[in-house]
Amino acid sequence: MGELRLMKGNEAIAEAAIRCGCDAYFGYPITPQSEILEYLTLENPEPKTGMVVLQAESEIAAINMVYGSSACGKKAMTSSSSPGISLKQEGISYIAGAELPALIVNVVRGGPGLGTIQPSQSDYFQSVKGGGHGDYKLIVLAPNSVQEQYDFVALGFELAFKYRNPVLMLSDGAIGQMMEKVELTDYIPRLTNEEVIKRTGSWATHGKPEYRKHNIVTSLNLQPEPQEQHNHHLQAKYKEIEENELRYEKFQCEDAEYVFVAYGTSSRLCQKAIQLGREKGLKLGIIRPITLFPYPSKPIKKAAKKVKAFLSVEMSAGQMVEDVRLAVNGKRPVEHYGRYGGMIPMPDEILEAMEELIAKVEKKAQKKAEKKAKKKAEKKAKKEQK
Amino acid sequence: MTEEIIIAGFGGQGVLSMGKILAYSGMMKDLEVSWMPAYGPEMRGGTANVTVIVSQERINSPVLKMYDTAIILNQQSMDKFQKSVKPGGILIYDNNGIIHPPTRTDIDIYLIEANKVAIQMKNTKVFNMVVLGAFLKVKPIVNLDDVDKGLKKSLPERHHHLVALNEEAIRAGMEAVKLQQKAQ
Repeated sequence: MGELRLMKGNEAIAEAAIRCGCDAYFGYPITPQSEILEYLTLENPEPKTGMVVLQAESEIAAINMVYGSSACGKKAMTSSSSPGISLKQEGISYIAGAELPALIVNVVRGGPGLGTIQPSQSDYFQSVKGGGHGDYKLIVLAPNSVQEQYDFVALGFELAFKYRNPVLMLSDGAIGQMMEKVELTDYIPRLTNEEVIKRTGSWATHGKPEYRKHNIVTSLNLQPEPQEQHNHHLQAKYKEIEENELRYEKFQCEDAEYVFVAYGTSSRLCQKAIQLGREKGLKLGIIRPITLFPYPSKPIKKAAKKVKAFLSVEMSAGQMVEDVRLAVNGKRPVEHYGRYGGMIPMPDEILEAMEELIAKVEKKAQKKAEKKAKKKAEKKAKKEQK
Repeated sequence: MTEEIIIAGFGGQGVLSMGKILAYSGMMKDLEVSWMPAYGPEMRGGTANVTVIVSQERINSPVLKMYDTAIILNQQSMDKFQKSVKPGGILIYDNNGIIHPPTRTDIDIYLIEANKVAIQMKNTKVFNMVVLGAFLKVKPIVNLDDVDKGLKKSLPERHHHLVALNEEAIRAGMEAVKLQQKAQ
């Protein structure tokens, strides 16, 4: 077992970056994620591993530094919180368009605008439905513990390089600020320049050798035909990602009649609500998406066959609930419960919302049954009259 | 075993670091732990609170509405968290600056005059460790050995000479804590 440490979620991300052989981090401070930059600055990994840590002059500068580094085949990352991530969208779209690997961390806070500094999940749409311009997708990872904040850094880079696509870690202020036990992994050395060339020689810009044509990294194409071709290629890649990289978790779903769908902090709150509900005899479970793109639509659709209703719980006004509805496709009731603007819903209030949904569904079912019985009785009476 | 604790007081009293040491101590005992601060634009003189959960099982929600134990160190926190103790639970408080002492009768109430003890020790900085001692006397979920290891792990090496002083404060807290009311 690796070394155990009590860490804040933000610190775990920073430590993971150093240990997984990250080449460069560019950031700009904003609550509730400043500890990432602070930790990296304090640790100063450059003399030890050669990793560059730089506080840029702005969020926009930081994402463009990432663009430059990943164009050279390097493992580069940035982090920010909601308003800062909005600023980065142009750069993220360019990186996606240019098919570059990069890791972007969003420790979400309440919005819109400058909003609050407390946890929220209201950047779901921005993360999975675009955010920047153009038809692109990010691979979106949603950790729900400090350990996962740590693990998803290495995983994020792995996926980013596998598909040459930016990966977004969608965290929130609660996981960023809370402390939990983390099992650390061993240091993986950064790739040498020769290794980088070997790994990324077919696309990255690190000097043109004699044996091949020069590589061009760009997201610009002045001709629409090749740009359409490029878009076809991107869409095929996203399909491949959907087929291969889906990650989700089911908890107590085996006998569940009512199921929560929640990611990140909300999924932890729902687990407590399930515990409280089961003490009362309610058969509750949860499907927790770990990747938000690709989204676990199929497992949710499958669950809809035997589940009576779904409750999507988010710290937002209701964003992911749309994807749950798309997956369930009208077969079962899907409702949303959420607090927002930086408020965290308490497990017992989540349970109350679920109990309300259960009452509603059961009342409807009862009415339906009564109607059916009445009709049957009427039919029988008519028959007897005859 | 799962122990859900809220520690609440003024910023600067060492509320967050006390929670951290408790969490570290739990970790040294191979328990699952979570430490969730109510973070915000808090500063010295403002209110600060932290939820610490120590458990043998995987911890689900890091935030809660009701707690097994509330450690309350100022009036605002008393007003806010007295009602959040589970029936039969425990409330530990320092009466320094408390105008309205706790009124619930369905919980155990302990008094720790930590401020006084710290002054007697001629070091007000150990205030939070006195409180921690009081808690550990009432709920020995970790022993002094674990706390010792936890302190060493959470303090930078240059501060390790202070471990003995902190231990002394914890012991003083253990001695000074008084049961004020048993749950009815």
